[in-house]
Amino acid sequence: MPQPKVGVFICRCGGNISDTVDCDHLREKASKWSYVVVARVEDYLCSKPSQDRLVEAIKSRGLDRVVVACCTPRMHLSTFHDAMRRAGLNPYMLEFVNIREQCSWVHADDKEAATKKALRLLKGGYERCLELEPLEPMEEPCRKEVLVIGGGIAGITCSLELADKGYKVYLVEKGPSIGGNMAKLTKVFPTLDCAQCILTPKMAEVSRHPNITLLTLSEVENIEGYPGNYTVKVKVKPRGVDVSKCAGCGICSKACPVEVDDEYNENRSKRKAIYVPFPQAVPYAYVIDFSACTRCGACIEKCPRDAIRLDEEESQLELKVGGVVVAVGYELLDAKLLEDYGYGQYPDVITMMELERLTSLFGPTKGLLRKFSDQSEVKKIAIVLCAGSRDRNRYVPYCSKVCCMYSLKQAVLLREQFGVEVWIFYTDIRAAGKGYEELYVKAQESGVVFVRGRVAEIRRGEHGLLVRAENTLLGKVMEEEFDLVALATPMIPPSGLRQLADKVSLPIGEDGFIQEKHPKLGPVDLLRAGIYACGCALGPRDVRDSVADALAASSRVDTFLRRGVVISSPEKPWVYWEQCDGCGACMEVCPIAAIELKEGKAAVKVVSCIGCGACIPACPKSAIDFKNYTRRQLEAQLKGLLAEKREGDVVIVAFVEKNIAYTGLDFLGLDRVNYPAETLPIAIPSSAILGRDLLLKAFMLGADGIVVIEGQKWVDEAFRWRFEEALASLEEAGVESTRVYYSLIELPAYRKIADILRTHTSMVRDLGPLGAEERVRLSRAMEAR
Amino acid sequence: MKLEALSRHELLACMQCGVCVGSCPLSTRSTLNVRRITASLMTKSLEVGDELWDCTTCYLCVYRCPRGTKPLDLIIELRSERVEAGKIPPTLRDSLENTFKQGNPWGKSRVKRGEWASGLGIKRLLELEDSKILLFTCCASAYDPRAQEAARALVKVLKAAGVEPAFLGEDEVCCGNEVYNIGELGLFEELMETNKANMGEGVETIITTSPHCYYAFKNRYLGLKAEVLHYTQFLARLLDEGLLKLKGLADVVVTYHDPCYLGRRSGVYEEPRKLLKAIRGVKLVEMERSRSRSLCCEGGGGRMWFEGPPGRRLAEVRVVEASSTGASILATACPFCLANLEDGVKTAGLEDKLRVMDVAELLAQALPSS
Repeated sequence: MPQPKVGVFICRCGGNISDTVDCDHLREKASKWSYVVVARVEDYLCSKPSQDRLVEAIKSRGLDRVVVACCTPRMHLSTFHDAMRRAGLNPYMLEFVNIREQCSWVHADDKEAATKKALRLLKGGYERCLELEPLEPMEEPCRKEVLVIGGGIAGITCSLELADKGYKVYLVEKGPSIGGNMAKLTKVFPTLDCAQCILTPKMAEVSRHPNITLLTLSEVENIEGYPGNYTVKVKVKPRGVDVSKCAGCGICSKACPVEVDDEYNENRSKRKAIYVPFPQAVPYAYVIDFSACTRCGACIEKCPRDAIRLDEEESQLELKVGGVVVAVGYELLDAKLLEDYGYGQYPDVITMMELERLTSLFGPTKGLLRKFSDQSEVKKIAIVLCAGSRDRNRYVPYCSKVCCMYSLKQAVLLREQFGVEVWIFYTDIRAAGKGYEELYVKAQESGVVFVRGRVAEIRRGEHGLLVRAENTLLGKVMEEEFDLVALATPMIPPSGLRQLADKVSLPIGEDGFIQEKHPKLGPVDLLRAGIYACGCALGPRDVRDSVADALAASSRVDTFLRRGVVISSPEKPWVYWEQCDGCGACMEVCPIAAIELKEGKAAVKVVSCIGCGACIPACPKSAIDFKNYTRRQLEAQLKGLLAEKREGDVVIVAFVEKNIAYTGLDFLGLDRVNYPAETLPIAIPSSAILGRDLLLKAFMLGADGIVVIEGQKWVDEAFRWRFEEALASLEEAGVESTRVYYSLIELPAYRKIADILRTHTSMVRDLGPLGAEERVRLSRAMEAR
Repeated sequence: MKLEALSRHELLACMQCGVCVGSCPLSTRSTLNVRRITASLMTKSLEVGDELWDCTTCYLCVYRCPRGTKPLDLIIELRSERVEAGKIPPTLRDSLENTFKQGNPWGKSRVKRGEWASGLGIKRLLELEDSKILLFTCCASAYDPRAQEAARALVKVLKAAGVEPAFLGEDEVCCGNEVYNIGELGLFEELMETNKANMGEGVETIITTSPHCYYAFKNRYLGLKAEVLHYTQFLARLLDEGLLKLKGLADVVVTYHDPCYLGRRSGVYEEPRKLLKAIRGVKLVEMERSRSRSLCCEGGGGRMWFEGPPGRRLAEVRVVEASSTGASILATACPFCLANLEDGVKTAGLEDKLRVMDVAELLAQALPSS
């Protein structure tokens, strides 16, 4: 075999790295390593000229592999892969060393230590690169159907867009009609156009579109499979009315003796147990509320079309789709929880959504502005902003974003259409958006009274409701009476979201909404490929932003599926057939049954495989290995990381799951959170790949402590046991198991990683370096095995 | 201080929303404006005068702060600076001196602290060394004739349930809660050490007559090992265990006033209500402002010894609110509230309509033997 020819390229990142790490020192050291042919430092390695020089060096010096030491591979892996291709090398012959997020940004307080660590990381990358092998991604045909969950404005827009692009769309809505929360609104800001007028044509289009299958009263039970090929189980609740027969005449509803609260009017009016959700409902057909229906049969007798099916049962559907879009929307915080405002105690304290219905022609008062307490005329209204939002003490900590604007909208309408006096109590008016500030001015000029102060309390006054707040601009407490007080309660994640997230393994953020892949650059992508989200499922949004999201998500789905094949990473396990005896141990641990027996040997179904690596330590024959994270590669990297260790040094190896946990580590870099420089990260597919052997190896090669950070909850749940077993065998080999610390850290909690690295390092420092004798004993134990 | 003080009390996150001042029950009478104090500290120019002593430490400002800041702690710190500089209203200075000399803010004789219990047959901790349960009396319960009645009623109820508490008698000194609130932290520590030393090691449960003592023991005393309970919590437990047996009273409508230090401060809302509801014949009705919305009686924060701003007193507003529920009894569970609300009944001219009683007094009346 010819000798490897390595190029080492170190980036200063315009000072981001070189202000802390001595890059020239790294270059000098690297240039002396056996197989290094070229070692260079560049100002911006990602820039076009630098990339050209890299390509040129590969070609002119005949390099067969490259090590880059720069930022995180999450940022520029594809940039360098492209350069490799341009130079005629397989991209997997590139080794990426992160000396920015994992070094210069987190150790800026100690340049010497940072340089020392950077050198260790670089040496690790160098040793590993000697073991690299060319790999090719795999392609698998994908389906052209898409599942959209949720039929609000986001789900409707996304479905239509995808359907127009030619995809077959299943739109799953849990209610009896699509339209979502927007269908309850009268007019929408900033242009004050009629919500129904812009929404209902889209709803009708959904029902007409040949590429859309609308499933109402339906909920997703489960999603299985892999990107490009998902199998979705959907539960369809009975409607009780045959949509194809129902003409919407409403005779059934007149006959129905059961009255219940009408959710469309925020429970402020009544409807029958057989009803049509609202006049523009899609599908336009009656529906039976089986939680209220007494099955008296009065409707069946009267229905002229024999459309009623009281005995209809729940059914299950199975859909095959290539991609999924989650558009489950939002709910509003229950105003009863706001203990200072007396919602529920005083009938005229209402929510802004109730005010919305109160001013609607289809509302409980047919559009007349009346007090709920005595139906008398309303002359003076207070709008209370931040009613539960921006409150990290008792309610929701975030700004609900849309309340300022819809309150301004409502205030203008109340002034212009109803001529009533309107006061808005606010903390900050947030009117950032096209035409938004203009609406604010319009509200001011229409005579709305603005009081800067968060409402402290609402009580019964002499004539109406007394609102107490400090007018902070005057420094005076005011008590003012109103006929009606409307609370701008915040958007919160819908109640079923967490359950759905558990079933479909969606990432949920600290605020309870779906967590996007990247807050700026991946706003509708999720960590799992092929699954996207849009609208208020991601957080509070107005109509415009929900629509923009929906269009973005449809585009992302299209990009993912349009070639008809999905490309699967080659970073998967594979089996040495000669060594496999077909014992099936790997199949037993595989969480998704992606390994099968073929001719008495294990075979990995590569596209199904999710790449957790759990099968690797399970094999008693070491006959299965993980591409791009082979045993030899990981050992080589460990060897490199620990090569520069001197007498008395304490070094911690941090095995970091390569997606979520690695991202967490990057976030610590972005936040410039310091942690000890003795911690050396090494990426692994997931903690499931860590068996006893790899842990022992790390200690044997010089580690004094190990931290394992897993980012995926399911891996933690499924494979933690094995980790605990490995710890026990560590004790047998004479290493204190306290030297190893394992933790599940999901992305929102990423800051905990720094705490763990700090506390574990200080604990291992207290224990001191692992003795040379112990290391010898370990290698004997390894050999004996 | 300045920014450091804001940082200490988590006030750097203040967004000047004014919910603290809007919530302050005195803000229509007093010029005290903690939001403005915070803003002035931000710009390093403290603006505050004698209105600093108006605060009753009712805790609404902290309870409702959306950013979870601690404006009340800032007020106490600012008071503390004034105490050190000797800039303190004379009546408050007297109460501190009295507490230093006699162990109570009224300056009543130290040796007479146990007299309230004479004839009740309860023993001092010194005499009952193996006692596990200690009844700690508020200074008001020990010396104020009206509060003494409530304390005596409590002992009767405890005994009826088979509990023989010990008490400290003349070894007891003020819990120091209001001393702390006034800002005399050194004296507070002395009082804490004295009480802790006299409480001994063997006591497992401390029952307090006052929510103020309860709060101090739970939150301000360091290293107290015994479990601390307000008497309503302890009695509710006896009720659950079937040890406290109550007969009925003639039909009566009762409303309950949540003391600041028991309700908002400590989250104890259910137990007093549970006890009242356990009395047959009692119909418990709620005031418009109940639980966390309860209105302060102006007894906390040193205001028992400092007149405060002019205007209609909150206790008077409160008894009118109580009376409007149709109740003839206003029950509460704090010696300060008891005294202030009774005064309120007199100034509001409601003597014929509303009687203020301690929960323990109602329970004592409902005991089978009485």
